[in-house]
Amino acid sequence: MSRKTLTRRQFVAATAMSSTALIAAPYVRGAYAAGKVSIGFWDHWVPDANNASRALVDEWAAKEKVDVSIDYITSNNNKIQLTVAAEAQAKSGHDILQMPTWWPHAYSENLEPLNDIMEPLIKQNGEVNGTVKYLGQAGGKWLAVPATPGSQIKGPCSRIDLMKKLAGIDVQEMYPAGAPAKADNWTMDTFLKAAEACQKGGFPFGIGLGETTDSVDTAGAIFQSFGAELVNAKGDVTVKTDAVRQALDYYKKLIAFLPPDAPSWDDASNNKWLISGRGALIFNPPSAWAVAKRDAPQVAEQCWTHGMPAGPKGRFAPFLPYFWGLWSFSKNKEAAKSLLTFLSQPSSIEKFVAASGGYDLPAYANMTTLKTWAEEGPPKGTLYHYPNPNNHQTLSIAASPAPPKIAQQIYFQATLTKMALRYAQGEKMEDTLAWAEGECEGFMRS
Amino acid sequence: MADVVVEQGRLGSSARPRKGAGLRNVLGRKSTVAFFLTLPLILLIALLVLYPALYSIHLATLNKSMQKFVGLGNFTFLFKRDTFWMVVKQSCIFALTAVFFKALIGFIVAHFVNNVPAKKQRKWRGMLLVPWVIPPAMSTLAWLWLFDPSYSAFNYTLSFFGIGPVNWLGDTFWARFSVILVNVWYGAPFFLIMYLAALKSVPDQLYEAASIDGANWWQKMWYVTLPMMRNIIAITTLFSLIVTFANFDIVRILTSGGPLDKTHLFATWAFKVGIEGSDIPLGASVSLFMVPILAIAAIFILRDVSKRGNEA
Repeated sequence: MSRKTLTRRQFVAATAMSSTALIAAPYVRGAYAAGKVSIGFWDHWVPDANNASRALVDEWAAKEKVDVSIDYITSNNNKIQLTVAAEAQAKSGHDILQMPTWWPHAYSENLEPLNDIMEPLIKQNGEVNGTVKYLGQAGGKWLAVPATPGSQIKGPCSRIDLMKKLAGIDVQEMYPAGAPAKADNWTMDTFLKAAEACQKGGFPFGIGLGETTDSVDTAGAIFQSFGAELVNAKGDVTVKTDAVRQALDYYKKLIAFLPPDAPSWDDASNNKWLISGRGALIFNPPSAWAVAKRDAPQVAEQCWTHGMPAGPKGRFAPFLPYFWGLWSFSKNKEAAKSLLTFLSQPSSIEKFVAASGGYDLPAYANMTTLKTWAEEGPPKGTLYHYPNPNNHQTLSIAASPAPPKIAQQIYFQATLTKMALRYAQGEKMEDTLAWAEGECEGFMRS
Repeated sequence: MADVVVEQGRLGSSARPRKGAGLRNVLGRKSTVAFFLTLPLILLIALLVLYPALYSIHLATLNKSMQKFVGLGNFTFLFKRDTFWMVVKQSCIFALTAVFFKALIGFIVAHFVNNVPAKKQRKWRGMLLVPWVIPPAMSTLAWLWLFDPSYSAFNYTLSFFGIGPVNWLGDTFWARFSVILVNVWYGAPFFLIMYLAALKSVPDQLYEAASIDGANWWQKMWYVTLPMMRNIIAITTLFSLIVTFANFDIVRILTSGGPLDKTHLFATWAFKVGIEGSDIPLGASVSLFMVPILAIAAIFILRDVSKRGNEA
């Protein structure tokens, strides 16, 4: 048995060589060398649309050697909002979480600023609309990145045949596929006359007056088209104005032509109204049309999604963006930012839009003319005007421009639809305004 | 027997005192064993009930952004809100009406079932318990379809008799009626089963004695049945009142609090304010508002029950 002894000289030489080799050797990345990232996506309504996000994340993860875990969280019964609230409170959870409309502002203290991602993305993809800035920015700081999945415009989806027959309006001529809108005459007055004609013809417009978002979004767009704000951008209560009175008067006239059970409608009611063939128009993203394609094809082939009617102060369409927020307590912020940048690339956006059949809307100006919207059908071109390709209308959200934390209260308490309903049910105008003023004063707490 | 064994052990050990005998005595006591046996449950309750309860009290003392202690500020804010008082009124109407009808229907049906021959009684008991066994979130969805604003099965049926259409969930009165109806449908079997058990425990001799004294049906009910059921009526009413005040699922699914907030209860409004409106401290305050009132009610009812128990 031989026994080797290590001399002091040999030891020093071996140590020096090993150190040099370690420092000089090229860095070899293992499978997940860049750590872990977890992301919570909104669980899409459209079947198989989640596959697009999964495939994109997998592609990025393989390239960047990051171990990514994905959860799909439904928005049914506010599950996604509950998850946001729970993670913000626990300071633990996903690194990136998809959150709807008002939530980036509601949890702004817990979100990582994302200017370093957003500024290059805007340069690359074009400017974002005002509502995205209003909801996604605070004091010049980007709180979150606008997400394509789930973002939507709740504009009119009309029945081509019924609008032509009962109201004498050719919606395809007004909003031709592949061409800019010719809708100068599509005003709130025309809309009211059409509502009356369709109601008399037995196919009333399906506009809800409940407390869920579809009802609130429609009310918000109509109020804004009259310039009616309950709270202005500075946070002052501005309920008792002529603009609000005009909007309420208009709504009262409109309510007379809506289904009598509209006060109890939820977000599914208008979809059912269209798909069952009972109504001539609803305000909704193309999900109702997509279900009709499957369940009532004869209805679907008569549907045309188009722009909002214009009021005295402009043409406003309800826009509800989703955002991807990065928690400030995330443990892998750099990798998460890289993933968010990847998900916001034009090629990724195109895949999201295609997988959702045109439902998902990117927030960027250069991304509103993708071929999916031009080609989807039947009828072909039915979604062409859905993403607002010609900036024909202002994309807005109900209760804006009030400071977002106040606007969120107005929005979720459905103050606008409640005002319209109270007044339409016989309450005096000044009593309705006084009630709304009291409500808004209550929303000011910080 | 266990006591004797413990006592013997103690005597034996006192004869030969040694180190650690005190601890063994403590561990050997019946109450200590009982404590350790219930410890898992105590820990579970502490984790799932006590901690959330204390945490919600803590939340209710914070400002909207949850960064500042405001004491009772959230409650004083709520007391100035008209909508809050409307919710208080509605919760009381909902809970009192629903509990009254649940108790009444449960009482009547329990008598019917009690008079059914023993062999057939099991079938009836099983069938009548079905509403209580189905998870309310699921059964309420079925009710939602029956009440559906546009395609109501009830309205379809009523149309054959030339009645309606009734705006079940869009009209204030009918919306309140609908949510109370579903709550009564769901909760009445609980009263039924409790009252049935109470009825079965009334000794037949009391009725026989009453008959010999010439008591009629009403007198037997008033002087025999009701006094014998008093405790069970008090306890079921209390439990049901607490649960009904805290109801969430039925209103959330049927009306979401509408129309015009006229069916909101504490829980649904707390959810609207706290989760949908991102004002969790205010939501916690709304949900905690009833705690002291129900606690006082519980103390009085349970004290009364135990007093009667001692008299018996």
